[in-house]
Amino acid sequence: MTPFPNTLTSAAAPLMRDNIDTDTIIPSREMRSTGRDGLADGMFAPWRYDDADARIENPQFVLNQPAFRSATILLSGANFGCGSSREHAVWALAEWGIKAIIAESFAPIFHGNCIRNGILPITLPRDVIDGIAPGPVTIDLSAQSVIGGGASHAFDIDAEAKQMLMKGLDAIDLTMEQDRAIGSWTMADRAARPWVYLAKAG
Amino acid sequence: MAKTLFDKIWEMHAVAPTPGGATLIAVDRVFLHERTGAAALKRMAEMGRKVRDPARVFAVMDHIVDTRPGRGDGTLMQGGTGFITETRAACRDAGITLFDVNDRDQGIVHVISPEQGIVLPGLTLVAPDSHTCTQGAFGALAWGIGSSEAEHAMVTGTLRLEKPKTMQVRFDGKLSEGVTAKDMILTLIAAHGAGGGAGHVVEFAGEAVSALDMEARMTLCNMATEFSAMTGMIAPDAKTYEFLSGRTYAPTKFDDPAWADLISDTDAVFDEEITIDASAIAPMVSWGTSPEQTIAVTGTIPQGPAQAHEYIGLNAGTAIAGTPIDVAFIGSCTNSRISDLRRAARILRGKRIAPSIKTALVVPGSLSVKRQAEAEGLHDIFTAAGFEWRMSGCSLCFYAGGEGFAPGSRTISSTNRNFEGRQGPGIRTHIASPETVAASAIVGAITDPRDAMADKAGVS
Ligand code: SF4
Repeated sequence: MTPFPNTLTSAAAPLMRDNIDTDTIIPSREMRSTGRDGLADGMFAPWRYDDADARIENPQFVLNQPAFRSATILLSGANFGCGSSREHAVWALAEWGIKAIIAESFAPIFHGNCIRNGILPITLPRDVIDGIAPGPVTIDLSAQSVIGGGASHAFDIDAEAKQMLMKGLDAIDLTMEQDRAIGSWTMADRAARPWVYLAKAG
Repeated sequence: MAKTLFDKIWEMHAVAPTPGGATLIAVDRVFLHERTGAAALKRMAEMGRKVRDPARVFAVMDHIVDTRPGRGDGTLMQGGTGFITETRAACRDAGITLFDVNDRDQGIVHVISPEQGIVLPGLTLVAPDSHTCTQGAFGALAWGIGSSEAEHAMVTGTLRLEKPKTMQVRFDGKLSEGVTAKDMILTLIAAHGAGGGAGHVVEFAGEAVSALDMEARMTLCNMATEFSAMTGMIAPDAKTYEFLSGRTYAPTKFDDPAWADLISDTDAVFDEEITIDASAIAPMVSWGTSPEQTIAVTGTIPQGPAQAHEYIGLNAGTAIAGTPIDVAFIGSCTNSRISDLRRAARILRGKRIAPSIKTALVVPGSLSVKRQAEAEGLHDIFTAAGFEWRMSGCSLCFYAGGEGFAPGSRTISSTNRNFEGRQGPGIRTHIASPETVAASAIVGAITDPRDAMADKAGVS
């Protein structure tokens, strides 16, 4: 995974609604293969296109407006990414070029999916988000600050997520460094909770 | 120190801290489906990685399979067959147990996991599916993840987690007649918002929760994700162990003292507590495009976001009851188990759906539920009433691009999401209990199920 840039500056596209769900970010019918690519075209299809089948754009939709077409920062309201766990929503956003999402809050599975795919999810209060729209906004991940609307705003991120994003780390590789601890834990657990361990699959 | 049920399961599974300050939590079971699991299996194979313990990983075909009788790998979803055939091949390569399209025990992942005794009290179970929280009804820590995390869990046997906060939601008192677990969870979300549980594991407790049977407990926990919680859970009791005993993958006896300790200590402190009076809950129905936009079926639509009114085509100040509907759907991991079908059939017995209803479907949650319903003759009641009787799968719970209706159609649905486009482009979804769906189908408009029940009482 590519590391998150030292600083990221971009227009910030406002999608200021609450509860934007993953069915809207990538409708199920736009997930056409078991792979992770080819999804950007279907991103926000219900809003982005007047006719999704013919791919006729809706000029009102924020990411279709010239000022935001190449924005890499999205702004939104509360509970962004709620609904289905489909990681395709994050793959679609990443493929389109979104690098950070600043929202009032995130749905938990979506939040985890962002970190695993190099997108930085930032939680800030609604009035701050309103104040920094429409950018330009600069994000400094190592300093944990968002600069926009003439002010700097600190944000929280847990240490592990920060490290993974900054270094572009793969979580599985990282965990396998603790493989021995996992092995010895499992041995002890097998004795303590034998019913957990099923016979080899048929 | 007093601990919550969640704290106990967390500590039981804490393998080691990570250098970044998170915790490696052991995962006891992984369950995949063809929609999101295929991507995890594919990436795993591409990376040359292996499943650590294949005997504890399961997969099922449920999301995009056809539900019409005589089905095979064909599906109405464009390109959908590839998901089915690729998942089948990947499961074989990975050595994991697959419940295939027409296997005897096929069904919706969260319905068959308990049926097979795959979920157990005190276990950790994950699936790349947000409604994995359903299985928390058994006192397990069961939660939804993304495909990358599913791959992580299969390969390493663990997940890297920050410890979530805890919340207790107590339902005191007794439910009144015609009110169900579905109405309980909708009441919670309507009162505290679709983001109300964010960052928390929710334990449901109280008199009205203990009184629920296991199937209703699953309905309650099912929509914890619509509350934005990491998951929901209910402490196991005699009903839990009785339900699981003798199931294929469950122990034959639950006699280890460890099982008895799977409760929150009486003086355990939760980060947040919510109390709801169960006796005051009415049958609920959603009016808008988020599960929080839900009111009593006897209520009046409040002023909500303009976009929600516009999409759903209903104005503030109108009574929700009496809204004409085009489609009725009984199914999904929320409400497709045998008790759901029995309750809906009770209302439909000897009745016909309104001529204005264009489509009415019953899709059992598993083929085992389907067989049981047929043994009881429920399928005859549904078909006589004008419902189609299907094979098992997710079906119209979401729109995969095949079976659908004209934009603007209005459905009454026993599912869990009323999002824009969830059941198809422009489809307006109202979520409610199976009773409310059945009663509304008869009238052709959103209806208080208690009216249908009173009517039943009158004629018998
Ligand atoms: S029934 Fe609906 S909510 Fe449940 S697993 Fe299937 S698609 Fe998801």
